[in-house]
Amino acid sequence: MAGFAPKTGAEGTGYTRIVGPLLLPTWAMIGIFLVLPVALMAVYSFLTKEFRGGVIWDFTTAAYDQFFVTRGLFGDEPAAIEWTYIGIFWRSIWQAGVATLVCLIVGFPTAWFIATRPPASRQLWLFLITIPYWVNLLIRTVSLKFLIRDNGPLNESLMGLGLIDGPLPLVNTNLAVQLGLFYSYLPFMVLPIYAAVERYNFALSEAAADLYASRWVTLREIVLPVVRPGIIAGCILVFVPSLGAFLAPDLLGGAKTFMIGSLIEEQFKGSQGNWPFGAACAMILMTLVMIVLIAYARQQSRAEGG
Amino acid sequence: MNVSVDIRQVVKRYGTVTALHGVSMAIGENEFFTLLGPSGCGKTTLLRCIAGFEDVSGGEIRLHGQNIAALEPNHRPVNTVFQQYALFPHMTVRDNVAFGLKMKGMGLAERNARAGKMLEMVHLSAFADRLPAQLSGGQQQRVALARALAPEPKVLLLDEPLSALDLKLRQAMRVELKQLQETTGITFIFVTHDQEEALTMSDRIAVMSQGHVQQIGTARDIYEAPVNRFVADFIGETNLLPVTVESVAQGVAAVTLPGGHRITCAAAGMAPGPHHVSIRPERLSIVPTGGDLDVVVERVVYLGSDLQLLTRLDSGAALHLRMQNSARGQVPAPGTRIGLQLEEGAARLLAD
Ligand SMILES: Nc1ncnc2c1ncn2[C@@H]1O[C@H](COP(=O)(O)OP(=O)(O)OP(=O)(O)O)[C@@H](O)[C@H]1O
Ligand SMILES: [Mg+2]
Repeated sequence: MAGFAPKTGAEGTGYTRIVGPLLLPTWAMIGIFLVLPVALMAVYSFLTKEFRGGVIWDFTTAAYDQFFVTRGLFGDEPAAIEWTYIGIFWRSIWQAGVATLVCLIVGFPTAWFIATRPPASRQLWLFLITIPYWVNLLIRTVSLKFLIRDNGPLNESLMGLGLIDGPLPLVNTNLAVQLGLFYSYLPFMVLPIYAAVERYNFALSEAAADLYASRWVTLREIVLPVVRPGIIAGCILVFVPSLGAFLAPDLLGGAKTFMIGSLIEEQFKGSQGNWPFGAACAMILMTLVMIVLIAYARQQSRAEGG
Repeated sequence: MNVSVDIRQVVKRYGTVTALHGVSMAIGENEFFTLLGPSGCGKTTLLRCIAGFEDVSGGEIRLHGQNIAALEPNHRPVNTVFQQYALFPHMTVRDNVAFGLKMKGMGLAERNARAGKMLEMVHLSAFADRLPAQLSGGQQQRVALARALAPEPKVLLLDEPLSALDLKLRQAMRVELKQLQETTGITFIFVTHDQEEALTMSDRIAVMSQGHVQQIGTARDIYEAPVNRFVADFIGETNLLPVTVESVAQGVAAVTLPGGHRITCAAAGMAPGPHHVSIRPERLSIVPTGGDLDVVVERVVYLGSDLQLLTRLDSGAALHLRMQNSARGQVPAPGTRIGLQLEEGAARLLAD
């Protein structure tokens, strides 16, 4: 993550003076698609909700109050911590963490396998990995639901083989959500790890074996630390979208598996919505993600000696 | 000689490519043994077979009498200095050097102390806390050496460790390596395609070509008594002349040179007929013309301490010789005719 660009010297000299105007489209893109939406969301989170969706331009912290504080069902009790939404956040983080771990456990060997094929066939393997992603995420998720439902092909064939007596209740479980997240985001784990392993110098593994390290120790002490940037990148790329995912939890899970993504989505849907509250949830989620990323970048630059 | 590594009829095939065709050599304890040969002759392949990174396709390798075919690389008491060093990029120099000791189960304090000693030996104590990327090529090379020596292997394998260094550093490292080998008493198997390196450092040299061993011997053996044309040509500079062997009697051959000049050579079991002789350029000297070996000087090449004279016999065969670049000698100008004299025993009759 660290060291994206070489440090430039004095401002506005030579190189930067020429390149400056050329960077205008980049800055415009960042402004329109990153800064503006986030600023808009931040503003909306401090507005007052309108009942049929939308907002009234009265500034208030009601949305954040609703997220963190409860005053009882009728609003007449002393203020206490509202655990409902924190609970949803916590469960989402947990779900996203598990999904990331599963993607890592499956993705690392996959990436390793591809990166150690002869160069000609690597391209083919990568191509095969990406084929399912030509299909829209919604369609893929719905298809997955058809596959695992009670009278779907999976349960039917397991019962046909006599391996189980009744259908496995898969739909509307955490397991189904996990499966959906795993299936949605696996390539985001495989590709960065592949890139790191492909650059890995296998002479390092030979050197470790030469110095009496077993295969397992070589993996732990040499391979993993050296390809770590790829692993971290993969984990971030899977964890962040998993945290905000709403398709997989909506379609494959039930009320028990309610996640942040769905909570936010609901706030902007129909007349039941609450735009300021949805915006506040999104802001809190974004802050959480930023804290994790900044902590990682800090630690990384310290590890590299600044 | 106590044999340390005994290589017996080792064959190595990669698919249809045969990299080693039945290579045999017995390497003694405490020996500085060099594998010398042109690029692609199988030097690295043989080292990798000894280290255990490749399985042999035939034959066997014995270490102190034990066949090591079944041992994984991490169970062989052999360490390697890799051609590209292969230092662990995420570890400090000290941790790199201590890695083998850690794997052998040595405690932290003890292995750091030992790594410190090794770094002292290669003059890198001040760099212990740096990462490999923060070192120069020569320094990295010495770290690789210290790392491989730290666990006190019985045999150290070195794959062209000096090839990435500039001339000055290379020459300094030659001396250091040789001293290190003598003080540690470890068997060194050293790979190079630089014959000067081989000649100056080795106790014995195996000259290889295309997966075959051509000759094994001391530097003097292979320089002065090459067994065939390949060795004579590959080691040092030489004149290879086609000759006719007239007769052989009691190990001495009567030989006619291209100009008709007749000499006698030592001949071990050679039949009369066409052969080649090798004559080292420094063993030819200039004499007045009128002898049997008169030549025309074509070019004089300035080599610093030496001058090289490229000359041609009347028969058309080329002969080059060396003379010292001193103020006393007259340097013949190109186009002049000079006589040449062969030193006693300078012509070496070759088997093929
Ligand atoms: N993995 C491999 N697959 C196929 N052929 C190989 C392989 N490794 C080596 N070879 C072949 O074996 C032969 C010997 O190679 P090797 O690397 O041992 O040469 P070398 O003597 O070390 O050469 P250099 O001085 O260039 O390092 C070469 O012809 C090479 O092409
Ligand atoms: Mg080689």
